[in-house]
Amino acid sequence: MTRVALFATCFNDTMWPQTPQATVRLLERLGVTVDFPAAQTCCGQMFTNTGYADEAIPLVRSFIDVFGSYDAVVAPSGSCTGSVRDQYADLAARAGDPGLAADVAQMTPRVHELSEYLVDVLGVTDVGAYFPHRVTYHPTCHSLRMLRVGDRPLRLLRAVKGIDLVELPGAEECCGFGGTFAMKNADTSVAMGGDKVRHIRETEAEVVVAGDNSCLAHIGGLLDRQRSGVRSMHLAEVLASTEEEPA
Amino acid sequence: MSSPARHQSSAGGQDIPHARTTSTFVGMPKFPAMAKEALANTQQRHNLNHATHTIRAKRAEVVDEVPDWEALRVDGAGTKDRVLADLDTYLLQLEDNLTRAGATVHWARDADEANRIVVDLVRAQQVEEVVKVKSMATQEIELNEALEAAGISAWETDLAELIVQLGHDRPSHILVPAIHRNRSEIREIFRAEMGKVGKPAPDDLTDDPARLADAARLHLREKFLRAKVAVSGTNFAIADTGTLVVLESEGNGRMCLTLPETLISVVGIEKVLPTWDDLGTFMQLLPRSSTGERMNPYTSTWTGVTPGDGPQEVHVVLLDNGRTSVLADEVGRQALRCIRCSACLNVCPVYERAGGHAYGSVYPGPIGAVLTPQLRGTGSKVDQSLPYASSLCGACFDVCPVRIEIPKLLVRLRTQVVDEHRGGAPSAEAVSMKAAAWMFADHRRLEKAQQAVTASSRLFGRRTSLENLPWPATSWSTARNAPAPPRETFRQWWLRTHGEDA
Repeated sequence: MTRVALFATCFNDTMWPQTPQATVRLLERLGVTVDFPAAQTCCGQMFTNTGYADEAIPLVRSFIDVFGSYDAVVAPSGSCTGSVRDQYADLAARAGDPGLAADVAQMTPRVHELSEYLVDVLGVTDVGAYFPHRVTYHPTCHSLRMLRVGDRPLRLLRAVKGIDLVELPGAEECCGFGGTFAMKNADTSVAMGGDKVRHIRETEAEVVVAGDNSCLAHIGGLLDRQRSGVRSMHLAEVLASTEEEPA
Repeated sequence: MSSPARHQSSAGGQDIPHARTTSTFVGMPKFPAMAKEALANTQQRHNLNHATHTIRAKRAEVVDEVPDWEALRVDGAGTKDRVLADLDTYLLQLEDNLTRAGATVHWARDADEANRIVVDLVRAQQVEEVVKVKSMATQEIELNEALEAAGISAWETDLAELIVQLGHDRPSHILVPAIHRNRSEIREIFRAEMGKVGKPAPDDLTDDPARLADAARLHLREKFLRAKVAVSGTNFAIADTGTLVVLESEGNGRMCLTLPETLISVVGIEKVLPTWDDLGTFMQLLPRSSTGERMNPYTSTWTGVTPGDGPQEVHVVLLDNGRTSVLADEVGRQALRCIRCSACLNVCPVYERAGGHAYGSVYPGPIGAVLTPQLRGTGSKVDQSLPYASSLCGACFDVCPVRIEIPKLLVRLRTQVVDEHRGGAPSAEAVSMKAAAWMFADHRRLEKAQQAVTASSRLFGRRTSLENLPWPATSWSTARNAPAPPRETFRQWWLRTHGEDA
């Protein structure tokens, strides 16, 4: 039996519990035993990307402590996975701690974003999902350019029964969330999001899907404000959806 | 709006009108405020969106047809890194070969020193005007302003630079400084301004691009034919031959590089390439990345002085102006690989909306956001805000022909900004970051905070999204709804469904 640790991410844990719940349902359906190490908190990305590297370093140590003993860690977030895989080495170097740097080098390749884990580790693209809706997919920047997940999420979505998957114009352009950028440069962030939402509405999709709830909070927040009626959903929820338990 | 003053020229007694350059970027407000202003300019937003998307698509097309593009990038980055690792050696070799070829080499530590050298050289020729090849280095040091203060007019001859200069405007793009202007705006500028400083625009000038270019050509021609001194920058300086190289599209540069008697080139010290052979890589990388062309129309090279051909007096000013301090940072130094192609500007979603002026420097866009604070330091408000003028989407790295890890450098500079403010009175942000770090240090603290979130969910009933958030989240909720807090966190659900003995 495959056994993985779920890194729910602090944002999902607190504000979007349905996403890690869907991740658990999906993985269990695929025969995976999921652990949720309760001592986990946050990957530290908000601190790192805002310039508070010193505040992020204890979170690197804690991540290693919590997840270091697992063969595989899965997170339903391209951004948080990217933070661990792309930034932890620099933070360990800043800490000037060779032991931590070695632990990071040893640990971080075992941390996977959900679509990577499904396609690369489990070797599945048809996860037995059913989602009879018109859907468009936004590839979040960190999934796309930090993790290079490529078309893995699309391959998974194409295999979903009943789905009507439509291409999103300007898909690879940033939605404008960008972490604290959304607050510090709110006007530019909203201008970017406005164009993203316009493209989404052009597709006449009922649902916009992405692999990061942070980007979806921004996109969904704009869609809601416009009373567009378009739902924003995490990839995990679409993949977990079945005829018996529809999302 | 300033009116041009008229001076009696000491050389030839000709009546030459004087240029008036624009005010500088110094003392500009920080990025978010400038961006907000730019976003309100719908004409500019339209111009920028159209221009960046057009050139982005052109670049992608010509890059995709090169089978070994990634190998070229690696080669370009490697060559630049090799130069930077041994810059002193290559610079001395360059100086040696330039001198041997008949050029005079000057070293300038900063903008003031470089400007003083150029002003003195122009004065020695007893002229009151120079023609200029488009050059970022001379803009960086604000040479036009320095020449003007010395009573010398500097005529920009690149079409877009001419538009900016005549419009009393600032450049807003590295390659296309007038990218924020459309044809009808350019027509108005030409009609209103050309006559004040030289040959006026024809009365029946339309906004047809060919007519606009023709007006510029006629206006510039008298300046080319009259000028005794030209000032240029350079794209590449070849150490083993002492050759300077300029790539351009219009041929105006070549006019400046061949017609005048004296040529002064201001060269950033990072422009060196080791050998003539290395140029091959960059001749492929630069045109495709910048103009989206397989090859640029004009490439001019000059090696010192050739008797009877071209300028008979050639000066090269090697400019530091902060570059050696960038070089001292082992990670940050990769910004000095930059070949000023502007591919990162054209692909940047932030630049596309905010425009170039918001960056408060002649280097806008993603590369400006990392280069400017490194060259100038992060002492001013605008320089502190630049590393944050990015959503870290990473598109800039993917298009960079010399693989500058701009997102990584942005994060590093943000860290520098925060570190420089540690120890003083903490900002509201620093206080909340410290509080959040304390909460995340132990999962029991996080769980306590989460209980407050789930408890508050009762206040919102069945609402799934909220329209108004309290300070400091108001900058979120001005245009975006926020999710209503859930009744149960994930970990509470996990405990209920998967907990021990569940």
